[in-house]
Amino acid sequence: MTAMDFLMLTKGPLFQAALAVFALGMLVRLVEIFVLGRAHNYAAPRGSAVLGGLRTTYKRFEPDPGTFKAAPFDVVVGMIWHIGFIVALLLFIPHVELIKSTFGIAWPALPNPVVDAVTAITLLGLLAALVHRLAHPVKRFLSTPEDYLIWGVTFLVMLTGWLAYHRIINPYPLALGIHILAAEIFLVVLPFTKLTHIFTAFVARYYNGAIFGRKGVQS
Amino acid sequence: MATSSPQRPAGQSAPTMDPPLGPIQRPTLGESLRRNGVSRRGFLKFCAATASMMALPPSMAPAIAAALETARRPSVIWLSFQECTGCTESLTRSFSPTVENLILDTISLDYHHTLQAAAGDAAEHAREEAMRANAGAYLVVVDGSLPGPKANPGHSTIAGISNYDMLMETVADAAAVIAVGSCAAFGGLPKADPNPSGAVAVQDLVKDKPVINVSGCPPLPMVITGVLAQYLTFGKLPELDEYNRPRAFFGQSIHDRCYRRPFYDKGLFAETFDDEGAKKGWCLYRLGCKGPMTYNACATMKWNGGSSWPVESGAPCLGCSEPDFWDAGGFYDALSVPPGNSGEMLLTAGAAGVAVGAGVGLLARSKAKSAEKQHQTVTAEQLEQKL
Repeated sequence: MTAMDFLMLTKGPLFQAALAVFALGMLVRLVEIFVLGRAHNYAAPRGSAVLGGLRTTYKRFEPDPGTFKAAPFDVVVGMIWHIGFIVALLLFIPHVELIKSTFGIAWPALPNPVVDAVTAITLLGLLAALVHRLAHPVKRFLSTPEDYLIWGVTFLVMLTGWLAYHRIINPYPLALGIHILAAEIFLVVLPFTKLTHIFTAFVARYYNGAIFGRKGVQS
Repeated sequence: MATSSPQRPAGQSAPTMDPPLGPIQRPTLGESLRRNGVSRRGFLKFCAATASMMALPPSMAPAIAAALETARRPSVIWLSFQECTGCTESLTRSFSPTVENLILDTISLDYHHTLQAAAGDAAEHAREEAMRANAGAYLVVVDGSLPGPKANPGHSTIAGISNYDMLMETVADAAAVIAVGSCAAFGGLPKADPNPSGAVAVQDLVKDKPVINVSGCPPLPMVITGVLAQYLTFGKLPELDEYNRPRAFFGQSIHDRCYRRPFYDKGLFAETFDDEGAKKGWCLYRLGCKGPMTYNACATMKWNGGSSWPVESGAPCLGCSEPDFWDAGGFYDALSVPPGNSGEMLLTAGAAGVAVGAGVGLLARSKAKSAEKQHQTVTAEQLEQKL
């Protein structure tokens, strides 16, 4: 198999397959959550559940002062690489072109050197997070193989993208093919691991906020 | 026809129409060039350019000149199969007259459909004669793909001989095979999905001889002559890449040598063919440029005597020197856009996901409800009795 065959395989059938697994798996999980619904609350509402839900969905982006004091490293590094990941995923020109061709929607992108710098910071952040996880006795005790798996697939997709952009692996079709394959592994793993938090975190935040909003409590 | 090309400038004497009597009787390349009116200066310039193309130090130019001067004209048999003659056009109309052109005049082109005067039996006779006289020493140049051994040979025949039979027969005593153009090198357009003629590339069939692929649709004329020059100079084949292409010409990507690369690095892109970015000459990535995955020398050597090349004229690189470029997605889709209908796949899988999710959710709900119905109360006394 030549590098070009590999690229066409990853861009063609493997991409379609990964997309199918991702869409099917993720929607099964989300729709199941929605269909299950919430237990009926017979108490008289003291506030708006919807407003409370939306408020908390947004508010959880702000680091909680208590958590920051207890684990500043996790808050700062976690935030940096999460933002970096989203920027590289959604604001890199080739990705915008891919999204445009798949979903038919597009938005402005960032210049390549900006995304490059963000990616480098993200890679460092992910490495720091891994080192901290391994060095911190409590974190290491709490870590499961799944935690390392999702760190691995996330790091790989960023690293291969950065290597392809800098053309460090040759020939380029091989570099690009490896990056696309890493992204496909990420997509396939996503619905069946903690990576579902990319979507379910917002469901959880909304439900939490809605419960408190209905009770008229700030959360 | 033995050696002639229609591009010879008027007033110059034709090279001797010597019969293919083996390499020893032929004039040297130096003699032929002088007879064709190529100045020493022009010849040395060509040698220097060849040295730089082959990534050799400039000090090698005199060595190349010396070797070419004394090189005997090799016999070349040019086979045209399922092709469009674009490769021959590229070569003969490169920029007449160039030293490259004359270098080709001074090989003994003993058989070439398009360029030879002979026809019918006489033409086939010339091929057989050249093969017999130069057995083990002649070069075979192929342009065009050919129906494979399992395909219907009737898709392409010459003088009633199937392309497959002619190739295998001609290659049997050849020194080496040069597959010119993406069709001969990789199958090209005839092999594009659904490949109705069962087309294959030369390297799929020729396993026991060196095969050099000079891909491109068409390839740069200088690359074809550069390979010949290297063969004449060093008496051996050039260093090849993973696709058996000469590394000297196919070692770097279009993207890496593109003069528009700074715009890519700055994130400045043309988004349509007539927007401000296009007028300012910004990067063509978003308009489908395949430069990042394409390895060829267009960006440095350019076309039409070095006047321009596709990207310079505002057209994205199609990736024509790469295998199966016809099937590698839309020419005007960005490199990151996958071929096929991803949106449809996403909708189908998504709809299935919604259905399965709803089913699983409803099942869980009904389970919870039936559990609620079957719920039995128990008093503290009853529990104590059990314990």
